Amino acid sequence: MKYVDEFRARDLAEKLARQIAHEARPDQDYHFMEFCGGHTHAIFRYGVQDLMPDNVEFVHGPGCPVCVLPVRRLDDAVELAEKFGVILCTYGDMMRVPGTKQRSLIRAKADGADVRMIYSTQDALKIARENPDREVVFFAIGFETTTPPTAVAILQAEAEGLKNFSVFCNHVLTPAAIAHLLDSDDFAPDGPARIDGFLGPSHVSTVIGSKPYEGAAEKYDKPVVIAGFEPLDVMQSVLMLIRQVNEGRHEVENEYTRVVTREGNKKAQALVDKVLEVRDDFEWRGLGTVAFSALKIRDAYAFFDAEKRFDVSEKRSRETKSCECPAILRGVKKPTECKLFGTVCTPDNPMGSCMVSSEGACAAYWTYGRFRDGNKTGAKRPEAAE
Amino acid sequence: MCLAIPAKVTALEAGDMAVVAFEGVKKRISVALVDDIDVGDYVLVHVGYALHRVSEEDAMRTLALMGEAGILTEELQEMKEGAA
Ligand code: SF4
Repeated sequence: MKYVDEFRARDLAEKLARQIAHEARPDQDYHFMEFCGGHTHAIFRYGVQDLMPDNVEFVHGPGCPVCVLPVRRLDDAVELAEKFGVILCTYGDMMRVPGTKQRSLIRAKADGADVRMIYSTQDALKIARENPDREVVFFAIGFETTTPPTAVAILQAEAEGLKNFSVFCNHVLTPAAIAHLLDSDDFAPDGPARIDGFLGPSHVSTVIGSKPYEGAAEKYDKPVVIAGFEPLDVMQSVLMLIRQVNEGRHEVENEYTRVVTREGNKKAQALVDKVLEVRDDFEWRGLGTVAFSALKIRDAYAFFDAEKRFDVSEKRSRETKSCECPAILRGVKKPTECKLFGTVCTPDNPMGSCMVSSEGACAAYWTYGRFRDGNKTGAKRPEAAE
Repeated sequence: MCLAIPAKVTALEAGDMAVVAFEGVKKRISVALVDDIDVGDYVLVHVGYALHRVSEEDAMRTLALMGEAGILTEELQEMKEGAA
């Protein structure tokens, strides 16, 4: 493996693991939530948990945009495609998420709806230009990393006078969700997860900066370390969190200084602010209704708002019965505690959103074999690769 | 879908667009979110947009690691499938 030879990654990983074991106090447990699905994925793929001492545990968070979209919004998207006959453009991960009665966009497509998978909002604009006599709706999901491209597309549609393009906006905000997870009263009956600190998302933070986490760190006395997606970044960040806990600090620190600054990408922020504004509240799968946690299109751009352009119906949306995604997204249950995991529900036949996206906890458990014994041996380890 | 991959800018085009190369795969992306991009720069690309400039050294390191873990192949596949 070239990477290891050139950069001695394995040596460094082992050194970091020893340091973590040395500094983690034996009389204490450390529960760190990796907010972001990208981290969940990296932790499993590289077997980072196996390099941790027994008293340091990762709690998987809700930072997977596909996973947290409530069923009702997905049902709305299916309705847009089926009933209103629009060309519905969506990022690939969204295609297979089951909605009410297991109805997904891919099933709608199989039944004749015009659903198209796109890689970029630029593709959606192109489809709108090429089909002037059809309505084209972009099904926008994602955290702050994915939001600026939506804003740019709306501004571009306006500049070009594209009349048949609109956006079904479901963008959500990371800091609001972190604060909500720490607000203990809301989560009967399972209660909130125990969290001693957060690994903060790196790519989200390239856009918003590290500053927006300072409020939650302060208010709830929880350290936050913005961490890169590489295994060494994750380990280094765990060490930084352990030190903060040991020293009784609760600051926002930035491990990913290569790219993240306190202020973030001002240009991207300004574009988002021009087109989108904060909603009073928004429903998240697992977290329920969270105040000021999502974005909608400003009135000045109402013309491009699919929610205003199409009159979608009130519906009785339902989660798959027995799917534990909501509790998993709050960090209070593990995928293996779901009755359907690995039997009825697999990546080929997902029953819930956490099994669809590779950033979902259920998919990560399944793919990296951790379900086989529930702990140490199943995962692929970095040194296993040649 | 949350990942961003480093790529090298090989050409600039009108309308804040640019061509980047990922491991031999060329792709047209938007550079509307980042100021003063030049040919030869490395950028982090997410859903077809450059998010941030990165150093060549950092880009190479990340690419090597992603390649080794098979992530790169998956992301490039997603890019091709989604090319509408
Ligand atoms: S295993 Fe499937 S059904 Fe169970 S919680 Fe995960 S996604 Fe839901």
